[in-house]
Amino acid sequence: MVQDVQQLIARAQAQYVRCIDDGDLAEWPDFFVPACVYKVTTADNYRRGLAGAMIYAASRGMLVDRVASLRDANIYERHSYRHVLGQPFVISDDGSEARSETSFMVARIMRDGSTDLFATGRYCDVYVRNTDGPNEVKLRERIVVCDSSRIDTLLALPL
Amino acid sequence: MNIIPIMPAPRASITWPAEGLTRVPYALFQDEDVYADEQQAIFRGPNWSYLCLEAELPNPGDFRSTFVGDAPVVVTRDADGELYAFENRCAHRGALVCLEDEGNAKDFSCVYHAWTYNLQGDLVGVAFKDGIDGKGGMKPDFCTGDHGLRKLRVATLHGLVFGSFSDDVPPLDEYLGEEIVERIARVLEGRTPVVLGRFTQMLPNNWKLYFENVKDSYHASILHLFFTTFQLNRLSQRGGIIVDEGGGHHVSYSAVDHAATAKEQKPASDYAEQNIRSESEHRLEDTSVLAGVDEFGDGVTLQILSVFPGFVLQQIQNAIAVRQILPRGTRQTELNWTYLGFEDDTPELREMRLRQANLVGPAGYVSMEDGCVGGFVQRGIDAASDANSVLEMGGDSAQSSASRVTEASIRGFWKAYRNAMGY
Repeated sequence: MVQDVQQLIARAQAQYVRCIDDGDLAEWPDFFVPACVYKVTTADNYRRGLAGAMIYAASRGMLVDRVASLRDANIYERHSYRHVLGQPFVISDDGSEARSETSFMVARIMRDGSTDLFATGRYCDVYVRNTDGPNEVKLRERIVVCDSSRIDTLLALPL
Repeated sequence: MNIIPIMPAPRASITWPAEGLTRVPYALFQDEDVYADEQQAIFRGPNWSYLCLEAELPNPGDFRSTFVGDAPVVVTRDADGELYAFENRCAHRGALVCLEDEGNAKDFSCVYHAWTYNLQGDLVGVAFKDGIDGKGGMKPDFCTGDHGLRKLRVATLHGLVFGSFSDDVPPLDEYLGEEIVERIARVLEGRTPVVLGRFTQMLPNNWKLYFENVKDSYHASILHLFFTTFQLNRLSQRGGIIVDEGGGHHVSYSAVDHAATAKEQKPASDYAEQNIRSESEHRLEDTSVLAGVDEFGDGVTLQILSVFPGFVLQQIQNAIAVRQILPRGTRQTELNWTYLGFEDDTPELREMRLRQANLVGPAGYVSMEDGCVGGFVQRGIDAASDANSVLEMGGDSAQSSASRVTEASIRGFWKAYRNAMGY
């Protein structure tokens, strides 16, 4: 039975945040199709149509590189995230692609135990349907629009 | 009723270590009195602070809010086409007169009591100045001409707008010196910048720790492993540093040295011998993040330029950005990034800039470490306000150098700082 697209997206996103928060970050690029776009920007830039981003990947390969760099090259204090997502709002769905928006809140837990609200915002997504079967969806585009223009200290792990 | 301001006496008493510029007291990063003195002597003193880009104020009436140190400042373009800047503080009771980050306005009216200022910061109207029905109102000798907003001197250079609260500050090009002006011109002269994005990074450290980091050509290939791993910037590349005469401004640059690249095997072992973690077999899946063009025709792939007390112009390949460093208390710094392209960018070059922007900013492959390393120092020195840092790499002078394995630009900063603070 083919499930409702909103359920499919909600399930995919639940897996996505579980991967970042509790799983293996190396699997994170697999939530995207090979020819994808992933960006992290601010609501201010997004509203003004400014293309610059804190993170800009124009392929799944660039996501793989991001993970590799975080693991092997970049220096930052150990920390983890806890994502809390809202319900996806499906803007359109033509049977092969669906656009949706989902609110998120992310707490950052530092190695000393301090927990702070790190980011709030929304995912502006394009999902490709039927990628590995009738109930599979993958991201072709995810624009992470942070509500605030401020980032505390640094942005290492992806949102 | 022009009042000649009386300079407050310094609050902090700092005795500089006898070694001179090779030692920096950690107390400078911790002391509230030092912070207050810096605001007075440096940020409101005879120095030029970066305000914004001319391109951000193209039309008459355009304005932008910014800061000079702790002071909120508004920059405007008036009907005469000139730029003006004034403190964002009503001359009446001190409220902000501008509550927007940017926009276009005919004038600024304080929301509290509707004192109104023109785009040059002159007071042009006071609500109920003459009272109502002959009762109330301002004192008869009240003169609006005496109650304008505190104005800044404004100067521009190749599209950058600087401001100063001081009348004693030298002209901007003299303040910067010929070599710094040339290096700014190299990136910006005759071009119309386009803002590609703005990002703010809140750093958990004193502003001077970030400025030291910017001037620190020694750390670049050690802390930032992405650079070394992908051989973007090795200290063995052709390059050098320029420190201006006063010490406060610097340029660090490097270029691909094709002759040296031919006998490249050696640098790798240089790093291995120093036990620097840069020998991982790192291969990018998608190298387009590094794809660039020789935009300036001189092979220089990196030019980091700083202007005392808080401005950075960055060229890393084709990733161009300005950074504004704003102190936010002894333990916090606001770092404002403005990513730039130029009006005549081809779509291909624009895309390269956007991809290379992955290198810089709060999530930058070669800059995210700078966001946290200042905090490591700030926390590390928590119990060491009587101790000093050691800056002996490259000797004890603060002069230009053909080697980037030096802390000369950092010593230059402290030279300018001591001069400004009277330490």
